[in-house]
Amino acid sequence: MKPLVIAGKTFNSRLFTGTGKFSSGQLMQDALLASGSELVTVALKRIDLKNQEDEILPYLNHSQFNLLPNTSGVRNAKEAIFAAQLAREALETNWLKLEIHPDPKYLLPDPIETLKAAEELVKQGFIVLPYINADPVLCKRLEEVGTAAVMPLGSPIGSNSGLQTKAMLEIIIEQSKVPVVIDAGIGAPSHAAEALEMGADAVLINTAMAVSADPVKISIAFKMAVEAGRMAFEAKMGKSGKEAVASSPLTAFLDEL
Amino acid sequence: MNSFLNVFEKHSWEEVKASIYSKTEADVRIALNKKKRDLEDFKALISPSAAPFLEEMAKLSRELTLKRFGNTIQMFVPMYLSNECQNICTYCGFSLDNPMRRTTLSEKQIDKEIEVIKSYGYDHILLVTGEANKTVGVDYFEKAIKQIRPHFANISMEVQPLDQDEYEKLLPLGIHGVLVYQETYHEENYKFHHPKGKKSNFEYRLDTPDRLGRAGVHKIGLGVLIGLEDWRTDSFFNALHLDYLEKTYWKTKYSVSFPRLRPYAGKEPKVDMSDRELVQLICAYRIFNEELELTISTRESEKFRNNIIKLGITTVSAGSKTDPGGYASNTDALEQFEISDERTPQEVASMIKNLGYEVVWKDWDQAYEVVSDK
Repeated sequence: MKPLVIAGKTFNSRLFTGTGKFSSGQLMQDALLASGSELVTVALKRIDLKNQEDEILPYLNHSQFNLLPNTSGVRNAKEAIFAAQLAREALETNWLKLEIHPDPKYLLPDPIETLKAAEELVKQGFIVLPYINADPVLCKRLEEVGTAAVMPLGSPIGSNSGLQTKAMLEIIIEQSKVPVVIDAGIGAPSHAAEALEMGADAVLINTAMAVSADPVKISIAFKMAVEAGRMAFEAKMGKSGKEAVASSPLTAFLDEL
Repeated sequence: MNSFLNVFEKHSWEEVKASIYSKTEADVRIALNKKKRDLEDFKALISPSAAPFLEEMAKLSRELTLKRFGNTIQMFVPMYLSNECQNICTYCGFSLDNPMRRTTLSEKQIDKEIEVIKSYGYDHILLVTGEANKTVGVDYFEKAIKQIRPHFANISMEVQPLDQDEYEKLLPLGIHGVLVYQETYHEENYKFHHPKGKKSNFEYRLDTPDRLGRAGVHKIGLGVLIGLEDWRTDSFFNALHLDYLEKTYWKTKYSVSFPRLRPYAGKEPKVDMSDRELVQLICAYRIFNEELELTISTRESEKFRNNIIKLGITTVSAGSKTDPGGYASNTDALEQFEISDERTPQEVASMIKNLGYEVVWKDWDQAYEVVSDK
């Protein structure tokens, strides 16, 4: 399998993961290790920088993981930029998952504020991975301002409903010059496999792992699904069709001439 | 200007009540089988006809909560700043006509409270007062918030309703959420329960969440006081209010609590809601609104709390003191009401862990308030 490169960094796993909703820090660590994930996103708001006994960070202190701080909780570009600077300082990484969702109900990203913040953060030297709706034009605009990847959603976050935005994701994957990471909505390993088969460069999974009855087992299932999907993509699958291909009814006459 | 008053006017208490009590088992089944529920479904879910479906409702509520909130429970604790109050409320220990020693915490006393509360591990705090606008008004809050802010990641307030410009002044100082319970939506009887003081103005109170929404607050907490009027009808109005607010102030998050009246100042209130019915109400809210924060306080018993955690609740307080200064020194005589679950925060936290949940102490950062604009 071809490794994935984002902003000069190589990832052998195309499965990115989140850290919320697990029943304990230990279980989170076990699941993330089993998933093989090398890029793990963590919400700045959950980290207690003043407290040595933070609930999350000690469990992520492992050579397998690279941290991807996220700005979950901010409502506009101004707040996002401030949070990003704080995250960079606190976690000593300039990688950032930029998420701006002013809507606390469905946590849908604000395209206008995201583009504004991305432009500024890139200038400030951040490696920006923006979480956005599956909007092909927005993805190109973000690419133009210098984001390291784009992270369109498959369906609303936490919904486990799979690739409901498939038609748009196909266009995004076709057009993008930066890696496309499908984030949010992936509820089953089959959804993850489908994303990779389509040519997505990676997926980001959180809820489906954290709320499973067996987070470690399902993390392994996701790992295998992502690998299977990627391998299938690299191997190039035969075209699918609804009907069997008949002998050539349209051109058979040529044989009779 | 948007106001819930316009929506409220279109609903009559008696008609709503009749409509809830006429919901059938068939209505409940429809509500349970739908993908998205509306206010009519909520009526069915809180109606007496839903009683036989309680187990099914609990199962659904649990599933929906897990999906949205995962295996986590958020912890918070109230800090009572003052029990001074110019209102007469027939059910409250702080009521003006209750001969109680009154106190408002000084800077020094607040420091002592902070120290004890922090030692329990809390990072989310709720500031509570009665209503004494002259001594415990915006100026007092401003000072107190500035003092408290460096110690907590998330600060909410449950104080007297304020004007929009007052909220606009306080929110940027680091206030994340404001809780304001309507107590009851029964307009005529509201006056009996609140005969004197600024609180007797039903409409000003009802309009408070609108003022908060316009001021751009992150979170608004709603609720009715269970034990005043028919809880089903009151809960419908609360859901109606929530529904209106969510659509109007779509950048704000909402929470609902279910305070059942508790004994106060030696009096025993009559509360017409069984434990089964409280579970029904909690599950109904969750099934109606998958994203809503649902809070359970120490008003409820140890056993009830141990079991309700899994059925839809997302936020829990523990080790609460309802008297100003109560964490640092024992001043029970000053309390608003008697708490029921008297375990320490650590005892409650281990109970939650044993149920298979992560106990979340911090899920916000003051950094997010610094540059907040509306």
